[in-house]
Amino acid sequence: MESFETFEYDVLVIGSGGAGLRAVIAAREAGCTVGVVCKSLLGKAHTVMAEGGVAAALGNMTNPDGTKENDSWKVHFVDTMKGGAFLNNWRTVEIFTKEAPERVLELEQYGAVFDRTPEGLIAERPFGGHKYRRLNHVGDRTGLEIIRTLQDKAVGVGMTVHMETTCTRLLTENGRVTGAFGYYRDTGNYVVFKAKSVILATGGWGRMYKFTSNSWEGTGDGLMMAYEAGAELLDLEMIQFHPTGMIWPPGMRGILVTEGVRGEGGILRNSKGERFMFNPKYMPDLYKGQFAETEEEASRWLEDKQNNRRPPELLPRDVVARAIYREVQDGNGCEHGGVHLDVTHRGEAYIKRKLPSMYEQFHAMGGVDITKEPMEVYPTVHYTMGGLYVHPETCETSIPGLFAAGEVAAGLHGANRLGGNSLSDIIVFGKRAGEHAAAFAADHAFGAINDEQIAEEQDYLTEPLRASSGESPYVIHQELQETMQTNAMIAKTEQTLLTALTKIQELQQRAKNIKVAGDRYFNPGWHAARDVRFMLRTSEIIVRCALERQESRGAQWRLDYPNREDATWGKVNLIACKNGDEVKIVRRPLPEMPAELKALFEEGK
Amino acid sequence: MEKVTLRVFRGDKTGGEMVTYEVPKVPGMVVLDAIHQIQKEQDTTLACRWNCKAAKCGSCSAEIDGKPRLMCKTSVDEFNGQPITVGPMRAFPLLRDLVTDVSWNFKMAAKIPPLQVLPEMEGKPFVLQQVDVDRVQEYRKCIECFLCQDVCHVIREHNRKDAFFGPRQMVRIAGLEMHPADRINRREQLKAEAGVGMCNITKCCTEVCPEHIRITDNAIIPLKERVADDYYDPVAGLLRSIGVLPREKKAPFNSVPNEQTKIAAQGTGKKGG
Repeated sequence: MESFETFEYDVLVIGSGGAGLRAVIAAREAGCTVGVVCKSLLGKAHTVMAEGGVAAALGNMTNPDGTKENDSWKVHFVDTMKGGAFLNNWRTVEIFTKEAPERVLELEQYGAVFDRTPEGLIAERPFGGHKYRRLNHVGDRTGLEIIRTLQDKAVGVGMTVHMETTCTRLLTENGRVTGAFGYYRDTGNYVVFKAKSVILATGGWGRMYKFTSNSWEGTGDGLMMAYEAGAELLDLEMIQFHPTGMIWPPGMRGILVTEGVRGEGGILRNSKGERFMFNPKYMPDLYKGQFAETEEEASRWLEDKQNNRRPPELLPRDVVARAIYREVQDGNGCEHGGVHLDVTHRGEAYIKRKLPSMYEQFHAMGGVDITKEPMEVYPTVHYTMGGLYVHPETCETSIPGLFAAGEVAAGLHGANRLGGNSLSDIIVFGKRAGEHAAAFAADHAFGAINDEQIAEEQDYLTEPLRASSGESPYVIHQELQETMQTNAMIAKTEQTLLTALTKIQELQQRAKNIKVAGDRYFNPGWHAARDVRFMLRTSEIIVRCALERQESRGAQWRLDYPNREDATWGKVNLIACKNGDEVKIVRRPLPEMPAELKALFEEGK
Repeated sequence: MEKVTLRVFRGDKTGGEMVTYEVPKVPGMVVLDAIHQIQKEQDTTLACRWNCKAAKCGSCSAEIDGKPRLMCKTSVDEFNGQPITVGPMRAFPLLRDLVTDVSWNFKMAAKIPPLQVLPEMEGKPFVLQQVDVDRVQEYRKCIECFLCQDVCHVIREHNRKDAFFGPRQMVRIAGLEMHPADRINRREQLKAEAGVGMCNITKCCTEVCPEHIRITDNAIIPLKERVADDYYDPVAGLLRSIGVLPREKKAPFNSVPNEQTKIAAQGTGKKGG
């Protein structure tokens, strides 16, 4: 075994996006010593990419007649459950919608500077699937505001930051987590973190797809570390395709066009110039009568939200993504295989004020002027609703001492996430994870670090450097992306999924013989060798779960099982866990929603 | 197929050289795409930092044809077919190829206390007009790419990292100093360890800011003025002493509890298990 250094903390937080940093603050305020591991530099996590806003029912917005919009946690609860096609854990959603407003106001106390209403309150904007204006925002850079606020606050409460450090294995003793093992990205030296409790806040995984808005970090390592340690995974088939990723120019492929563009009146058109979201075939029964039925009403809504219904472009993301896919399949795609998203009618001044970073980014990077021409968009892999099973109250996973919050955890979003709910997810459950991990740390001593586990991981990591010959991890990654994109993207059938599974299994065999050049000193190829193995296993579980769930619900769209089966599949989550070298998948009944919450769905009608 | 020629710095602290690569050009290509192409197809050991590829995270800072810029926001079309030179930021210690050690920036940031809310605003929703926050929002657009730190003469030419926190942290302090709810006198720190007086207003930082924050005009100069008012204006000092001008109402800087955040350095842990 090669030598390594060790750091000890009461609570170790892996991941430094919004959820991780909110957890740091909570654990620190509970009196714990806290170490935080960032795969990149501090403050560079995916949270910065969130644009539209943070969803919380503050009810700040005023109608034209001077009355307040009638928003409350109850309406937010109903919207989130409906958006998630009722696969969400009701208790998680209840906690979330009740606590989100308080958490947002707390950000303001930490230093976040939100846009204001004429009354001087935090401004809220409309978004897909939310009945009222509920996205508290800062122009189109809300995520940046939130991560910087949490970063500054966390720095203020005192933590130890380990930047550019990748954890690859959780260390356990008798089923309890006792720490984590990893390497420094620059020197390649090994490091062990010993902790009484560990919080995973490692985000989602989208890099196994070709079109994704995820950065290199989204390889599923946090999820897979927990899986390898025996944790239960929930509903991995639920992957969100953001309806509007850029498809042209190729240099911008996959980059996100915020839903804020549609919130500000952006229109989707096919190659025939039709505003296809008005086609009744795309309107789910659940939302009938709640959206504008004429283009005139949709444009009146821009000025008067009280007396008009919102445009159908603001249906939940899964609905819009499927409609775009259908249009392109039916031969109505535009020049480069997408559809047009047009916001030019709002005028240059308005766009530059409301969507400044969108305007700037597209202008500088792609030479696209969104005030003058439409964008061409297509669904892109964006977010993972599935993830680690966590307890709704404590955020503890099925492994004692291991907690999870944010995108890596599951239960809140069900089969489809509403825009804006992820930013409130990270602050609500980041705080809870931090508090409960701190409580666990107070009740437990340090566990033992198992040298065998460390030696095994070191051996696994260095194999590709020692190999005399083998394949490039980039080649395997590329083939994985091709098969996932073709066979496990937005629309799936048993046949495409089996094709993907066969290919993944072939790639898993080939991945046993990876060869990378160079040494361990800041070597992206070496990092990729571990990442690709994490991605292969993650992909396998995604595909197996998608095969298992024989229905269409939210993000899961099976062409061979086109109906939503509420009586059967609507009552179960899919749990995946490790069983030797096999993936075991079982169906677990969803907890029954209490009568007083069920009644909320009647009130809203 | 049309090609893009890049001259990329390859090396580490012991030395290095510019290496020429050719990559196929695609529409809408930015310099970061070209670097990724090299990494994937030609040399997997080429080290670079990146995350969002959308000019939001500020990771892929580099010097492109000598100018500090984000690789993800620099179109290859700008160079009209001429070779594009890509090197690391030169104000920070080199780790490898395009990657530098920027931890100093985080260490300075840790010396700046976050917002300390005025007692009358504590624990309740702020009521603030948009005009009250417009100015602060400009500072908060910062993506921490550190290009302003890289181009700053004080840091780059004179290496006075001991005396000046740099433009990035001036922007951060400005966002706190001008926040309507903050109760701390930040000018004490500005004058002393943050070293606002070191800046000689060449505005190079403003020029390179990818977020177009007017760093010098809107952050550093107003801060300099506030420090000058407090410490160097004899008339104001006299008027304050006889009660004509109000005395400083904000709480002294040292009233803030200073919880120490550490940016962990390698080799500082315990050896072994």
